[in-house]
Amino acid sequence: MKGIHIPSEANRAAWFFLAPAITLIFIFFFLPVAAAMLLSLTDFDLYGIASPLNTRFVGLRNYSRLLQTPDFWLALRNTFYFAFVGGPLTIAVSLGAALLLSSKLVRFKGFFRTIYFTPFVTTLVAVAIVWRYLYHTRYGFFNYGLSLIGIQPIDWLGDPNWAMPAIILMAVWKSFGYNMLIFIAGLQAIPEELYDAAAIDGAGPFRRFFNITLPMLSPTLVFVTVITMIGYFQLFAEPYVMTQGGPLRSTTSVVLLMYEEGFRWWRMGYAAAIAFVLFIVILLATLVQFRLQKERVT
Amino acid sequence: MKSAGIVAATCAALAACSPASANDDATLRLWAMGREGEVVSELIPAFERDNPGVKVQVQQIPWSAAHEKLLTAFVGNATPDIAMLGNTWVPEFEALDALEPLDQRVAASSQVVRDDYFPGIWNTNVVDGATYGIPWYVDTRVIFYRTDLLAKAGYDKMPETWEEWRTAMTRIKAGMTARQYPLLIPITEWPPPVILGLQAGSTLLKENGTRGAFSDPEFRKGFDFYVSLFRDGLAPALSGSEISNLYQEFERGNIAMYISGPWQIGEFTNRLPPALQDKWMTAPLPGIDGPGASLAGGASLALFKRSKNKDAAWKLMEYLSRPEIQLEFYKLTGDLPARRATWLDPTLSGNRYAQAFRDQLDRAMPTPQVPEWEQIATKVFEHGERAVRGRASAETTLAALDRDVDRILEKRRWIIARLAEASQ
Repeated sequence: MKGIHIPSEANRAAWFFLAPAITLIFIFFFLPVAAAMLLSLTDFDLYGIASPLNTRFVGLRNYSRLLQTPDFWLALRNTFYFAFVGGPLTIAVSLGAALLLSSKLVRFKGFFRTIYFTPFVTTLVAVAIVWRYLYHTRYGFFNYGLSLIGIQPIDWLGDPNWAMPAIILMAVWKSFGYNMLIFIAGLQAIPEELYDAAAIDGAGPFRRFFNITLPMLSPTLVFVTVITMIGYFQLFAEPYVMTQGGPLRSTTSVVLLMYEEGFRWWRMGYAAAIAFVLFIVILLATLVQFRLQKERVT
Repeated sequence: MKSAGIVAATCAALAACSPASANDDATLRLWAMGREGEVVSELIPAFERDNPGVKVQVQQIPWSAAHEKLLTAFVGNATPDIAMLGNTWVPEFEALDALEPLDQRVAASSQVVRDDYFPGIWNTNVVDGATYGIPWYVDTRVIFYRTDLLAKAGYDKMPETWEEWRTAMTRIKAGMTARQYPLLIPITEWPPPVILGLQAGSTLLKENGTRGAFSDPEFRKGFDFYVSLFRDGLAPALSGSEISNLYQEFERGNIAMYISGPWQIGEFTNRLPPALQDKWMTAPLPGIDGPGASLAGGASLALFKRSKNKDAAWKLMEYLSRPEIQLEFYKLTGDLPARRATWLDPTLSGNRYAQAFRDQLDRAMPTPQVPEWEQIATKVFEHGERAVRGRASAETTLAALDRDVDRILEKRRWIIARLAEASQ
């Protein structure tokens, strides 16, 4: 055992300083998570509220039942659809906006940065209500725009095939500003000399982007991707406000399903099981991303 | 608190308040949803005048959040004294043991006269023989139809039996284009198949509400009729959200009949152009051999067990149930009154569109009084849609529906079995 020897007193002091944080995390995070874990092994529901005797320990039955429910697989599919189409799209749009705003040709950068960032700080529910108007089949702005170029009106939120794209579009608009700021910060950290040297070597703008900007941005990209995907896997407020999961459950996400089971039908044990399955899905997706990104960074 | 203090001080100063009314000093909390919650405050001042010392606090809650808020209030020990409950919610709150049984109070009351209520509606408030709510307003579903289109097919009024109804629709269809339909029943609504099942004699659930009865011949008969309406091209297989403007479709004659509730009277009156106003009417639903049943809907007033002012709260419920207050409430909201006495008033008896509802209410039937009903109802249309779209036969659809319903009711079976064991 080589290495630095830490005297045990210092160890004690460290524990002392960590104690408040650990206590808080334990009480407000680990304890509830453990309670939810236990809850997911019971059939606690409306009857259980009336009398504790009405709750049974059911082991893993909530989980096995969940995996046999078509609604769950549909919700999982919708969530993946949203995350794997909306996520990359958001990142691409944010990166594009960041590149534009970092360009030396653009003026009033502060102004545009503020404008692009505004959607992110606006309340989602308010935004969703306004977008519901924009998507209105007859009076909405989008269909008005389409009608100008001769395209038939689209029933954005009423057609099972269009509802999810409509929600993705709104989510991209809503959240690209935040990622954009992080990308701008990342871009500013790239030394100018690299570009100068590349330009002297005769590299065009595309070569410079793919061989300098992108590799240098890798750490930022990893962070942005992971944070965005974790957020997108938890899709809830957009469909809750705009479509209530419809039409034909085409916008029901896993979190929305959990909300319905938990707070609409009050089947808390089952809802807790959904929460844990979602946790595992997000954990796996994040690990895969780290793995993929690590290969690219090194 | 302040106003209660002032009332108490005034009582002391005037020395005119009887001890009894001093005991009545109370602040009642009443929760009501939507439009009803907005306007009920207008009825309160008269009540407060008649009952000095009693203050009523009305809290208006949006429908979309109401159910959740009530449950949370129950868990958090913060239920109001009285709440308006959609009458499918009554069994649920009864299962929580949150509601006060009202039978004794009703029996002793001169204001709440059980016989003056529509029996089907009243029964939505009865769980295992005890009454937990007083109907506040009622609704049921009837047919809204184009009189001119029906006349063109040779009928001067809506037919009363299934077979005549079908013949009438077939004749109307003969005069229509391929994309016009005699009947519109959105496939994302559970009431149409449930009503037809009830008409055919189904109890929907069996064995004390612990198992689905959807595969049984009674429901099957109603369901077959339901599915045939789509298969024969008499109704389009459209979901609710696919119909962008019902009134326009109705106006253009793209649909001739539509099954809906009393709220549509106002909408049809306001949204259809003047030229069409004498060309639509309402009619009770046809049944197998004559006028058929429909759903008992509406909302009730329920008294919570944890209320500390039950006597005062009951007075308010009695007050809101008086026929003349019911009439005022109807004028404020357009909600159909629960009291037959109120229906005798010219305001209602003179409304020709309301007559079908009055007639139908005598044949309104409650859905099963189990807390799981709303969840079961969503399953009915989810499965029904598959049969309508031809993805599965009626037999496999209903078997699958029963399986789902039995699974939903598993907990209820267990509880009933446990209670039965305990009582032995």
